[in-house]
Amino acid sequence: MNSVFSNKTAIAIFVLPTFLIFSAIVLVPIFVSSYYSLLDWNGIGKGVYVGFHNYAEMFTDSRALHSIRNSLLFAAASIFIQLPISLVLALILASNVKGEGFYRTVYFIPVLISTVVIAQLWSKIYNADYGLLNSLLESVGLSSLVQDWLGQKKTALIASFIPTLWQYIGYHMLLMYAGARSISADIFEVAKIDGASRVRTAFLITIPLMRPILKVCLVFSVIGAFKVFDLIYVLTGGGPFFTTEVPSTLMYTSIFDAFRYGYGSAISVFIIAECLLFTLIINKFFKTE
Amino acid sequence: MSAAEAVPLKKPKSIGKILLQVLLILVAVTQIYPLIWLAFFSLKDNSEIFSGDVAGFPKHFLWSNYTKALSEGHILTYFFNSVLVTAVSILLVLILSAMTGYAITRMNWKLSNLTMTIILLGMMVPIHAALLPLFMVLKNAGLLNTYWALIIPYVAFGIPMAVFILGSFFKGVPRELEEAAVIDGCGIYRTFFSIILPLVRPAVSTVAIFTFLSCWNELMFAVTFINKESYQTLTVGMMSMVGTYITQWGIIGAGLMITTIPTILIYLLLNKQVQQSMIAGAIKG
Repeated sequence: MNSVFSNKTAIAIFVLPTFLIFSAIVLVPIFVSSYYSLLDWNGIGKGVYVGFHNYAEMFTDSRALHSIRNSLLFAAASIFIQLPISLVLALILASNVKGEGFYRTVYFIPVLISTVVIAQLWSKIYNADYGLLNSLLESVGLSSLVQDWLGQKKTALIASFIPTLWQYIGYHMLLMYAGARSISADIFEVAKIDGASRVRTAFLITIPLMRPILKVCLVFSVIGAFKVFDLIYVLTGGGPFFTTEVPSTLMYTSIFDAFRYGYGSAISVFIIAECLLFTLIINKFFKTE
Repeated sequence: MSAAEAVPLKKPKSIGKILLQVLLILVAVTQIYPLIWLAFFSLKDNSEIFSGDVAGFPKHFLWSNYTKALSEGHILTYFFNSVLVTAVSILLVLILSAMTGYAITRMNWKLSNLTMTIILLGMMVPIHAALLPLFMVLKNAGLLNTYWALIIPYVAFGIPMAVFILGSFFKGVPRELEEAAVIDGCGIYRTFFSIILPLVRPAVSTVAIFTFLSCWNELMFAVTFINKESYQTLTVGMMSMVGTYITQWGIIGAGLMITTIPTILIYLLLNKQVQQSMIAGAIKG
């Protein structure tokens, strides 16, 4: 019996192909990127070793710092705008309202749609001349607010945040809903008998018991904000005048438009480090509190 | 309880309920109306879109936008490429991850825990990290502008989540089943493929849905590794199409709809499964 389940050949056949592909494509490139980030290299010929010069440049260059600031703002917007909306919706839907399944299904639809489609759609919504937003503003008599949302520095950043916040509300709602649903019904029964109001029950019982899933949502939304690429790339390309640039679009243009392979790699290493660091901080925060 | 008692008790509650429903409906409208609007303008011509009635129901259904997008806009090619790349990626992710998940959770070998830990670490790696190194490797191997340039990375990045989900299902299969199979003379391969694998069908569909969504919607690799139109997938193809038909919203809308319809269909058919797989993907261990 045991010999069947410790058959070395079978284990090798089952594990090795997966492990080799995974290592070669997912793990090794991290080290390769770290190495590239120490080079001054345009992709042709040999790179010149420059130590941490690329990192030093990233932390002094105003364009790079601006992109990092944008990604932090984006993370903050996710935490303080998107997650609370998702939480309220999840709590409402988990409390046996009528049509709960229907609302859950509808709220979740944008999550499934390609970000490219979402970005194209919102670029039409924001269109200065014929867009949905401006038409709506005009039809309710707010023509003074009609403007080129993505084309001017003043509004471009906020306008480019909104589609992502909008798209993933349903995702966090679903996870939080699952979390709230997994709490034993007995606890709510007791709270009800004790005469606790719905809002009180939510704050004193449901939300504290949802901590594990809230942590997951927090990690996902922060990391998602740091990694955001598709939406900005399609919607604004980082413009106007780099207003909406984020680290991943800066990485992309540094590598494939400016042929600064070393500098672009330094940014990619920074993105990984940023994601790991914040995952650790959030985990720590949820452990000690 | 008599009717006279029930009425005053019920009234304040029902007002609250109505307000709650109004709120929920408003949220539903903001989540779904942009997509309905997309469906509307994909059926309109420019004169209708630009004459001020951009928001409303189309006066005539202009299906020619769709036929134009399909024939002139190369959407059919992009669509075929997306289907091919996605289907092969799903198949490979399933085969590789099922075998590995099984060997890690149910077979006896020293490094099984370490292997699992390493593979699960992969869930935390953003694809940004791999972009340039992969580009260089694919370029040197002459694989840029082939289907493999997308399939290989999609499979590799799909593996961690798939091994995790499948592995946790294998853990739940009772030992006795495997033992009975072996006593009946099954070898390890038959035990796995014909006894155990059919038992974890729900996990297989969860992984398939998850992999479908990430491959179908992926942009960064697709835009970097492919620049020949004949190999482009829908996400990249849509970007070039938008460039070509800048002012023809109807045709662009039709293209966006064609990109989105398969996902929506899968969701309408399997919405519980899809929601389950998104939850399973988030809640690890």
